[in-house]
Amino acid sequence: MRWIWIDKFTSFEHAVSATAIKNVTLAEEHLHDLYPAFPIVPHSLILEGMAQTAGILVGEVSNFSQKVILAKVGKAVFHRIVRPGETITFHARIDQISEQGASTSGTAKVGEDLVAEIEIMFSHIDQNMAGMKFPEHNFVFTEQFSSLLSSYKDALKVML
Amino acid sequence: MTREEIYSKVKDVLVDALGVDEEDVKPDARLRDDLGAESIDFLDIVFRLEKAFGIKIPRGEMFPEDIFTNPAYVQDNKVTPEGLVELKKRMPHVDFAALEKDPNVNNIRFTVDTVVNYIENKLKTA
Repeated sequence: MRWIWIDKFTSFEHAVSATAIKNVTLAEEHLHDLYPAFPIVPHSLILEGMAQTAGILVGEVSNFSQKVILAKVGKAVFHRIVRPGETITFHARIDQISEQGASTSGTAKVGEDLVAEIEIMFSHIDQNMAGMKFPEHNFVFTEQFSSLLSSYKDALKVML
Repeated sequence: MTREEIYSKVKDVLVDALGVDEEDVKPDARLRDDLGAESIDFLDIVFRLEKAFGIKIPRGEMFPEDIFTNPAYVQDNKVTPEGLVELKKRMPHVDFAALEKDPNVNNIRFTVDTVVNYIENKLKTA
């Protein structure tokens, strides 16, 4: 299974903001688990989609040299459910960033409808205050995630 | 800005960052033990204070965490005499009376007042 909850980036401004979309299809197994006969996207996976959008935005600032992990969800307010056939648009922006981590905020929408307002803090875990050590290799930004950004950049080249 | 105004803004920051009730944020409340702050919350608090007061807080200035991982300053959970000198030098906003009596690191009281002291000093020197 591939733990990717966004399909592609539609905009990406270095260290500022990013927008990604997720097309929801009835073929996705997890949609059927929450309420049988009434498939919806679980809120936790909407949160994960935002975490991936914002996390890649934060990771790109250091050219993925930092291990960026979700450390705190400051706010997650949901206004609407999402159903198969709909497209979720995640828009994330960096509010503050330092060598230790970053705070981000953003929205998930379907068309013009607000689905969720989400604020997430990320930690650069090698810079953590407890002085804990983690593996040398970057286990956060695997090929799965880096291909998302490279396909966005490749698409730009094709359009040119 | 008066100390009362600083205190009021610090209180708002702590309520938002830690999800605590306003009445729990008292001057002598300890951030970790009384208000439940965890390590990531300290970064959250720094970010929110920077925004609220329009200041820049360099890493380690308000919470000099490197002192606690340096064996010259802390050994067996006790602050060494050199550590106490370093702490006093780098954290003039903290009251070390309890630590002077007993060097256990848990006697470093990082309270709401400590944050207010730090901001007050910072705004004076800005």
